[in-house]
Amino acid sequence: MSMEQIVFYAFAAILVAASVAVITVRNPVHAVLFLVLTFFTSAALWMLLEAEFLAITLVLVYVGAVMVLFLFVVMMLDINITVLREGFIRYLPVGIIVALVVVVEMTIAVGPKYFGLEHFAEPARHMADYSNTKELGRILYTVYVYPFEIAAAILLVAIVAAIALTLRRRPQTKYQNAGWQVATRRNDRVRIVKMETEKKES
Amino acid sequence: MSNMNFEMPNFALALPEIFVLCMACVVLLADLFVGERNRVVTYLMSQATLVGAAILTVGLHTGETQITFGGSFISDTMGDVLKVFIYLVTAVVFLYSREYLRVRQLFTGEYFVLGLFGVLGMMVMVSAHSFLTIYLGLELLSLSLYAMVALQRDSIGATEAAMKYFVLGSLASGMLLYGMSMFYGVTGSLDITEVSTYLAQSHDKNIVLAFGVVFVVVGLAFKLGAVPFHMWVPDVYHGAPTSVTLYIGTAPKIAAFAMLMRLLVEGLGDLHMQWQGMLIMLAIASMAAGNIIAIAQSNIKRMLAYSTIAHVGFLLLGILPGTENGYSSSMFYILVYALMGLGGFGMVMLLSRAGFEADRLEDFKGLNQRSPWFAFIMLILMISMAGIPVSVGFWAKLAVLQALIRADMTWLAVVAVLFSVIGAYYYLRIVKLMYFDKTEDNSPIQPALDMRVAMSANGLAVFALGIYPSALTALCVAALK
Repeated sequence: MSMEQIVFYAFAAILVAASVAVITVRNPVHAVLFLVLTFFTSAALWMLLEAEFLAITLVLVYVGAVMVLFLFVVMMLDINITVLREGFIRYLPVGIIVALVVVVEMTIAVGPKYFGLEHFAEPARHMADYSNTKELGRILYTVYVYPFEIAAAILLVAIVAAIALTLRRRPQTKYQNAGWQVATRRNDRVRIVKMETEKKES
Repeated sequence: MSNMNFEMPNFALALPEIFVLCMACVVLLADLFVGERNRVVTYLMSQATLVGAAILTVGLHTGETQITFGGSFISDTMGDVLKVFIYLVTAVVFLYSREYLRVRQLFTGEYFVLGLFGVLGMMVMVSAHSFLTIYLGLELLSLSLYAMVALQRDSIGATEAAMKYFVLGSLASGMLLYGMSMFYGVTGSLDITEVSTYLAQSHDKNIVLAFGVVFVVVGLAFKLGAVPFHMWVPDVYHGAPTSVTLYIGTAPKIAAFAMLMRLLVEGLGDLHMQWQGMLIMLAIASMAAGNIIAIAQSNIKRMLAYSTIAHVGFLLLGILPGTENGYSSSMFYILVYALMGLGGFGMVMLLSRAGFEADRLEDFKGLNQRSPWFAFIMLILMISMAGIPVSVGFWAKLAVLQALIRADMTWLAVVAVLFSVIGAYYYLRIVKLMYFDKTEDNSPIQPALDMRVAMSANGLAVFALGIYPSALTALCVAALK
C-alpha cells in the first residue's frame, strides 16, 4: 500500500466515523463540531485529489464561516433534543434494514465496475507550480460564464427572499437615535422655572 | 491549457435573458425609492420588462437552431415560442394579482421582483442545453416560488405550504441532480448533444443509465406534481395566496414541459424504452388520482390543484409515445392548460374581496344571478377544462389521444378518455352551482376595469381557440420541426 493510500484510508475512516457521530451524539453542539470535523477531513481528501482551491474554500467558507454561524445558532436556540430523538431506538432496526438494502442495491446497480479506471483514464498529475486556482478562474469566466451568472442570480434571489421574509418594522421598539442625541441642546432637556419664594406659614 | 481555444459566446442570443436579469435588478432597486402609495410604478415596470423581453425574443427570432455559451445555451423555435407564452401568461398573472394583493396589504415590490426572477429561471430552463443549466434554471425558479408562497407571513397556511414546498422541492432537486450525476459518470459530459451522441453510439445500455433515468424521472415527476409525487400540490395551491397559486399553476408548467423536452427527449431520447414505461405509470396514476380525488374537494383551489395533477397526466401521455406528433400535441395541451388555469384561478381572485376569499365551491352558487357575464366566462373555462366538444380543451385532449393511437397505444387512449369522463363531473358541478343554485350573497361584483377586460379577453380567447384551434396547433407543430 502506498503512502497516498494509507493517508486516504485514514482520512476516509475519520470522515465516515465523524459523519455517523453527527447524527448519533446527544448534544447538538457536539454534533455541529463533528460536522466541522467531517468537512475538514473531506477537504483533506480533496487535497489528495489535487483540488487545492476547492479544499481551501471548503475550510474557509464552510468551516470558517458557515459552521461557526451554525454553532452560534445552535447555542442560542434552546433545542430540546430528547423530544427530537423520541423513537430513535424503536425505529433503529427498521432503519438499519432499509439502509442495508439500499446500500446493497446501489452497489449492485452502480458499483465500481462501471466507473473504474478502464472507463476513464487517470487524470494527469501536475507539477507543483501548476495553479489550480488560475485554471478554475479561467474556465469559470469563459466556458462556464452562463451557469456562473445564473448561480449569481440564484444567490441574489436568496438574499431578496431572506430579507423579504424576515425584515419586520416594529414601530413600538425603542432605540437610540445618535444624531438626535448629539444634537440635543441644554434647552431641550432642562427648563429653569422661576418661582416666587413662598413664606412658610405658621 | 485545453480551454485556450475558447470561443467568444454569442451574447446576442441571450439578450432576452440579460434584459430580464438587468430589469429585475432595476425593479428591485427602484422599488426601494417609490413609496407605499406609488407602488404601482413597480408593477408597471415589471409589465414593461415582460413586454420588452417579448419584443426582444420575437425580434431576435431567426428560426435556426443555434448553440452558444460553451454548449450550455440553445436558441431554437420551440424555445422562442414557449418564452413568448411565458411572458404573456406572467403578464396576465401580474395584472390579475394587482387588486388582490393591494386589498390584502401584500402589494409589495418583492412579489414582482421574485416573479421576474422566476421568469428568468423559466427562460433559462426553456433554452438550456446542458444538464447544469437545466438544474440551475430550475433552482432559480423554485427558490423564487418558495419565497413567493411564504410572502404572506402572518398566514399560518401560507407558511406551512411554503415549508412543505421547500422541503419536498429540495428533495426532488436532490433526486434530479443524483440522476444527472449518473449520466455524467457514464458519459463524462453534461452537454445534451454530447450525452445523446454517446447514448446513440453505445450499444450496451448499462444499468447505471437505467438507474440515472429512474432518478431523473422521479425528480421531474416531483416538479410536475405527477402522482405518486403529487402530495405537495394541493397543500401548496390551497395554502398560498391565490395570486401566488395563479403564478405557480400556469407559467412554470410551460417551463416544466420544456424541461421534459430538453432532458428526456433531446438528451435521453435513446433511452426512450427505459422512460416510456415509467411515464405510462405516472400518467395513469395522475389521471386517476387527480380526477377522482378532485370530486371530494369542497375548496375550489384544492379542486383545481387536483385538476392540475390530472392535466399533468395528459401532458405526459403526449410525451411518452416518443413521436414528433405527440410532442407537438403535448405542447398544445400545456399552452391551452396555462390559458385555462389563468382563467380559473383568476376567477377566484375576481370574486374575492377584502376579508373574503371566494375559494369555496359555495361561493360560486348563483353566480349567474350576480353577474351573467362572468358566469358565462367561467362556463367556457369549465367546459374547456372538462374537454367537452368544440372547446379548446377538447381539441387538446383529442390531439394527445390521436398521437397515442398513431403510436399503437389505443388502450392508453381508452383509459385517458374514461378518466376524463369522470373528471367532467366536478367541472360541470361548478356550472350547476352557478346556473341552477340560488344564493343569499348579493354583494355586487365590481372588479377594476383592467381586470374585467383581461378576464373577458381570457375567456373569449379560450372560446375562440375552441372554434379555431388550427393556428395554435400549426404554431406548435412548426415549433417542434
